[in-house]
Amino acid sequence: MKWEIERSILHGVAVAAMVAVGSSFVPGTAQAWEPTKTVEFIVPAGTGGGADQMARMLQGVIQKNKLMSQPLVVINKSGGAGAEGFLDVKNSKGNPHKIIITLSNLFTTPLATGVPFSWEDMTPVAMLALDEFVLWVNASSDYKTAADYVNAIKAGNDNEFKMGGTGSKQEDQIITAALEQTTGKKLTYIPFKGGGDVAAQLVGNHINSSVNNPIEGVSHYRAGALRPLCVFDSQPMPYKDELVNGESWSSIPTCKQAGLDVEYLMLRGIFMPPGVTDEQVAYYVDVFKKVRETQEWKDFMNKGAFNTTFMTGDEFKSWLAKAAETHKDLMTKAGFLAK
Amino acid sequence: MDAFISLIDGFAVLSDPMNIVYMFVGIILGVLIGVLPGLGGANGVAILLPLTFSMSPTSAIIMLSSIYWGALFGGAITSVLFNIPGEPWSVATTFDGHPMAQQGRAGEALTTAFTGSFIGAFVAVLVLTFLAPIIANFALRFGPAEFFAVYLLTFCSFVGMGRESPFKVLAAMMLGFSLAAVGIDSVTGQLRLTFGSVELLRGFDFLIAVIGLFGIGEILLTMEEGLAFRGKSASINMKIVLETWKKLPKFWLTALRGSLVGCWLGITPGGATPASFMSYGLAKRFSRNGARFGKGEMEGVFAPETAAHAAGTSALLPMLTLGIPGSPTAAVLLGGLLIWGLQPGPLLFVEQKDFVWGLIASIYLGNVAGLIVVLTTVPLFAAILRIPFSIIAPIIIVICAIGAYTVHNALMDISVMLIFGVLGYVFKKLSYPLAPLVLALVLGDMAESSFRQAMLSSQGDLSIFWDNALVGTLVALSMIMLFWPLIALGLNAFRNRPPGRASETL
Repeated sequence: MKWEIERSILHGVAVAAMVAVGSSFVPGTAQAWEPTKTVEFIVPAGTGGGADQMARMLQGVIQKNKLMSQPLVVINKSGGAGAEGFLDVKNSKGNPHKIIITLSNLFTTPLATGVPFSWEDMTPVAMLALDEFVLWVNASSDYKTAADYVNAIKAGNDNEFKMGGTGSKQEDQIITAALEQTTGKKLTYIPFKGGGDVAAQLVGNHINSSVNNPIEGVSHYRAGALRPLCVFDSQPMPYKDELVNGESWSSIPTCKQAGLDVEYLMLRGIFMPPGVTDEQVAYYVDVFKKVRETQEWKDFMNKGAFNTTFMTGDEFKSWLAKAAETHKDLMTKAGFLAK
Repeated sequence: MDAFISLIDGFAVLSDPMNIVYMFVGIILGVLIGVLPGLGGANGVAILLPLTFSMSPTSAIIMLSSIYWGALFGGAITSVLFNIPGEPWSVATTFDGHPMAQQGRAGEALTTAFTGSFIGAFVAVLVLTFLAPIIANFALRFGPAEFFAVYLLTFCSFVGMGRESPFKVLAAMMLGFSLAAVGIDSVTGQLRLTFGSVELLRGFDFLIAVIGLFGIGEILLTMEEGLAFRGKSASINMKIVLETWKKLPKFWLTALRGSLVGCWLGITPGGATPASFMSYGLAKRFSRNGARFGKGEMEGVFAPETAAHAAGTSALLPMLTLGIPGSPTAAVLLGGLLIWGLQPGPLLFVEQKDFVWGLIASIYLGNVAGLIVVLTTVPLFAAILRIPFSIIAPIIIVICAIGAYTVHNALMDISVMLIFGVLGYVFKKLSYPLAPLVLALVLGDMAESSFRQAMLSSQGDLSIFWDNALVGTLVALSMIMLFWPLIALGLNAFRNRPPGRASETL
């Protein structure tokens, strides 16, 4: 019922907008689509997390450089591990004034909770970046390389090693499950509220390891409290700025090189509701392309050691299909599917 | 001494007049945000965050943290006047603040609340300035078991002290726990008690519940009692501030205890809400007037406000030095730091001296400015109670509805708020206590997840709760608090028994 009301309001707004556009339309000049009112930027996570930071960063860059003619407003819809936000977009069919930023819960939440949505229920716009994951241990521990740590896990008992992570049956626990499958030993996975908490728990020696993003661990790394062992990517990170003792992000080996054949990257992508036109999608693709050119964005990518792969259109869609498959596979093997 | 010199440098950063302007803008916005229930400090800061993009990081954090101080001050206003907590940490302020307003002592209650806030913040910022390097690592000793012990201590210092029957307290608390369980379970990632409804995915937000239970419930009660505010004869001049200040020094112990509890929970980080409840509970237990708490005791306003503001301020320490936010607002500020290109963590104090000490200096000035702003508004706010109920009540309901909507941008939450309002009314009529329900709702989630994290970590072995001195002490203190009525009874019986004549009394 609520949706119908909203839809009819939207319809009314759309008609009004068309009339407005029509009256100011200069015949003969082909105008591309532009938003006619405030655009909602949905974050399917709480305030303060990684996705929220990126969304507000994007809002700031777009506002400062005047990349959009209408305001962009960030709205958090974090209920049910993000399901609330995705369902909102899925149910806003044809609304071009709504975009959503994704994290891995795009794939994991429907599988883990059974709430019905998938990436195919929305219109993919662009992949903005990929978040890297690094295997961290406390700097006072004896594990100097990923191989040391893996061997210790293999030599120890089931559940002897504690892995801390953010959320349950999300990216951190999926990587943990992949580690378990590679080492053949069970790890104790302890879910915490946020990445900062996890890093602090590791510094305080309450857990043995974590798979924090680079930005969550970097300050403790530079202060000599944490040690990065390997990165879960196919190649080392490209960032060569010195962090501490002549080491940089690029000096961290991949986990595969270290004998731990696990790869995981988290999508930071933009989606729109289903049923929008190609012209509307093209508008947002263009906006985000401009965002990528700004110095602020480049600095942000550099600070967070993001993988800056950018994709749109069919390329992005086939990447998504493959990622969805990988998640389903990993989560099925780990027994994370909703019953 | 180093700290002192750095602080002077910090004040030099503030000498840029624009920074002072940003500070006042922040404080005033913050007070407004604090007054509007639902629109909390976290939301307010998040909305303004992108605007600060073109400022220098120092100016930006000064403005945003001033919003935070303003919100901490402002939360008390509606708690006292209308029994509507503007912020989660001002729930405990309603217990005695609102009865004071009903007795015509709104000005006194507001002054007490603001002064308490200021003292708490001042103690916390002194701690930040001079002890930061020493205590920064204290938070690292807190694992899941220690966090659970902190929540347990909050519960134990609060329960078992009401006038209501213990069964009613238990019933209210259990209702709170079950409401807290709705939504996603953070440990297994499964949905609980949502019955396939999309609207229930969000769970029951604490803020929406308190707006309904306290705000709407109070309005329903007032309507029944004759459509008028009690206590509208509140005196409304600035003299009330000075008169209240004369009475406050005798509560120095309460202020000290509140500040310490607040600093501890802020640094841990346990948060301002548990701190305010714990401080209220402790004050009630150890005050000579303990039995009169809940009927309009100044001390009952002083205690939670001191602790809440101390916790809110000291929450910045783990945020800056460890990157762990001690409150939702601190979480947003943390995001801000990253966006401005600053990396919170152990090295921030070394590499970004200007920023850190500018911020700390702005806490001193911001709180002085905040105190001046809110104290001058005391007569204004107290005068609101003179507006006829028939005019102000609909406005309050509209503000409550907007507030409930703002929390999650969800229309459904307004209905939830109204249902909680009816529930609050029924609770009052049947003399069930609201406080245990609210406490269970806000702490239930946190206590549950830290308990289960601890159990995961120890593989189900309960001995993790007395594994080391820290957690053992906390659990022991909780048990003493829980059984305090019995212990006090025993102690009294022992003391009152004249020597040698014990057998006669038996």
